[in-house]
Amino acid sequence: MYTLNAMPAIKTQKKAAEKEASVYSSALQIQLYTAMLRIRLFEEKIVALYPEQEMKCPVHLCIGQEAIAAGICANLEKRDYVFSNHRGHGHSLAKGAGMKPLMAEFYGKATGCSKGKGGSMHIVDVPNGLLGTSAIVGGGIPMAVGSALASKIRGEQSITAVFFGDGAFEEGAFYESFNFAALKRLPVIFVCENNFYATNSHQRARQFACKISSSAVAFDAPGVCIDGNDVLSAYKAGKDAAQRARNNGGPTLIEATTYRWKGHVGPDTDHEKGCRPKDELLEWVKKCPIGRFEKHLLETGILDANALIAITGEINSEVDDAVKFAKESPYPDVSELLTQVYSD
Amino acid sequence: MPWTKVYANKAEFEKISAEQKGLRGLTYREAILEATEQALTADKNVFVIGEGIDDPGGVFGTTKDLHLKFGADRVMDSPLAENGITGITVGAAVAGARPLLVHMRVDFLPLSLDQIINHAAKWHYMFGGAVRVPLTIRAIIGRGWGSAAQHSQSLQAMLLNIPGLKVVMPATPYDAKGLLYAAIFDNNPVIMIEHRWLYEHMGHVPAEPYKVEIGKGIVRRQGKDATIVAISLMVNEAIKAADELSKDGIEAEVIDIRSLKPLDSDLVIESVKKTGRLIVADTGWKDCGIGAEIITRVVEDAFESLRAPAVRVALPEAPTPASPALENAYYRGKNDIIAAVKKTLARS
Ligand SMILES: Cc1ncc(C[n+]2csc(CCOP(=O)(O)OP(=O)(O)O)c2C)c(N)n1
Ligand SMILES: [Mg+2]
Repeated sequence: MYTLNAMPAIKTQKKAAEKEASVYSSALQIQLYTAMLRIRLFEEKIVALYPEQEMKCPVHLCIGQEAIAAGICANLEKRDYVFSNHRGHGHSLAKGAGMKPLMAEFYGKATGCSKGKGGSMHIVDVPNGLLGTSAIVGGGIPMAVGSALASKIRGEQSITAVFFGDGAFEEGAFYESFNFAALKRLPVIFVCENNFYATNSHQRARQFACKISSSAVAFDAPGVCIDGNDVLSAYKAGKDAAQRARNNGGPTLIEATTYRWKGHVGPDTDHEKGCRPKDELLEWVKKCPIGRFEKHLLETGILDANALIAITGEINSEVDDAVKFAKESPYPDVSELLTQVYSD
Repeated sequence: MPWTKVYANKAEFEKISAEQKGLRGLTYREAILEATEQALTADKNVFVIGEGIDDPGGVFGTTKDLHLKFGADRVMDSPLAENGITGITVGAAVAGARPLLVHMRVDFLPLSLDQIINHAAKWHYMFGGAVRVPLTIRAIIGRGWGSAAQHSQSLQAMLLNIPGLKVVMPATPYDAKGLLYAAIFDNNPVIMIEHRWLYEHMGHVPAEPYKVEIGKGIVRRQGKDATIVAISLMVNEAIKAADELSKDGIEAEVIDIRSLKPLDSDLVIESVKKTGRLIVADTGWKDCGIGAEIITRVVEDAFESLRAPAVRVALPEAPTPASPALENAYYRGKNDIIAAVKKTLARS
């Protein structure tokens, strides 16, 4: 069972979305819960282990934002593509990645998903459709439109989802790409994870309107703003967008509001460094996407306490196995330095 | 002059400081902050813009609290929009401002290349000198802790074959302050590339504003046996290499070229005429890099003075890997420079 460490009790929030919850099967809801928890426990392990200084790469954690990846990716098939950014662990896990190649990558090992060449900012999982993550803000957005274009040209059924932040929304690449996707009716879902900050700059310091989803209007495409901490809202938005994409309806822009609990990079919290107010964090912790949904599952009887314990236990052992695998794996041989610069 | 010295270690710096009262020590980062602050004070046309420059860290301390001193109109945070913001600073420069644009990493500068190459570099020439672009762009090279391929690049080479641009890479706190101050008051676009690993380095820096001439290199260490031309962090590695070689009776001359464009090839040629041997140590890749340019100039203008083939010390031909096992093997330093010097000396 997932329990927030030393955090205030979660108040019940009877929301429209929860009423709608009854529409979704128990199996789906358990799947969504598990997907979120898998991301959370994986990243909490990173928080615990990072001080050992064996993971020698910057880590951008998405703790607090898990519902978006889980909700959107639940609508994607294995063959569908995903592009992501520097904060990509959650997207990768939600799209089906195993924990071992990820963890090994963070440890710089030869068994990592990128053979130790990428680190946490550059993860890939081709069998599950993750074609890479760019740590250049906005870099993944045009690429996602490109994979959607390729699917269309090649007559494939795949659609593409791209995850990016509220900061990436400011890059010219977003507008150029969205216009092209709209023009060509490409099967791509733009998922903007609006956690209100780019590094330490608040959205209001960077955008006058702060209406990300409204920008879709200019392209005559649907734009929705959802509560990104509500996994069912994320699921529903993803479902509509995926359906549209699969039916030649072109791109959708989903703005999902959320909050990153940890610092921009690393395992610490920002208020410790004076970057963001502590109260703001505490408010958002109350809206924990996992805590909220867990409460809902318990109240509706979809899961009971024992079932939660079982799910948590299973995920924890997956995490532990991944850590063991990563730590025991060999480093890449120095000869790997000059391999893969070019493809055969 | 104490401030032309590169201190290979802290003890040496402290010794000189104790001996020569009245000298003031500053870190590289503080020197940049001071130049920026003094430029803002000296000219109200100067303004600073960059992503996160007003955050508590202040771009590793180099813009710290300036927004509090000069206000958000002159020291402003920027949306994430590198090419647009670059163009905005180019336009502001054309209209009479002296903008300083800060990129946390060199790697974000490629997004600005259209505005830098197609606009800033040409605007003066293309309009027959009617307008000018007094723009300064700072960009920082990252390294280590798995920074990996997109957060650790030394991209200076690609800026060097664009007429109209100036490119400087200071290695010392004194030069960081003086070159930045000179860049801000230069009437052309100047790109200053800093290495993050220099930020803690101490040096003696005068308190008053001053300029270091753009386009002039400097001999950091005299020697008769070989000439090592180095840039940025590699200057420190070259000094360490020269000190070690000296124990074997090899006296290397170390030139800190510090301004890559315009390039002070006269200084290099003068030295090579004396030593007959040339090594160039770069923070970036080899192909078409500063080494290629420096060696070519020597070959063009002083071929007969070379007594052995020149050697380049540069990064292996690959993007930066993340794994510590590969990262360690990737970077070049003192030992590689020593090996390069010995290689040129092995040829009689
Ligand atoms: C082009 C570019 N500019 C700046 C950066 C530095 N940087 C890395 S992440 C980041 C903030 C991104 O904010 P956002 O898009 O909202 O994503 P979040 O980190 O909040 O998930 C910045 C400024 C970068 N990596 N690439
Ligand atoms: Mg953000």
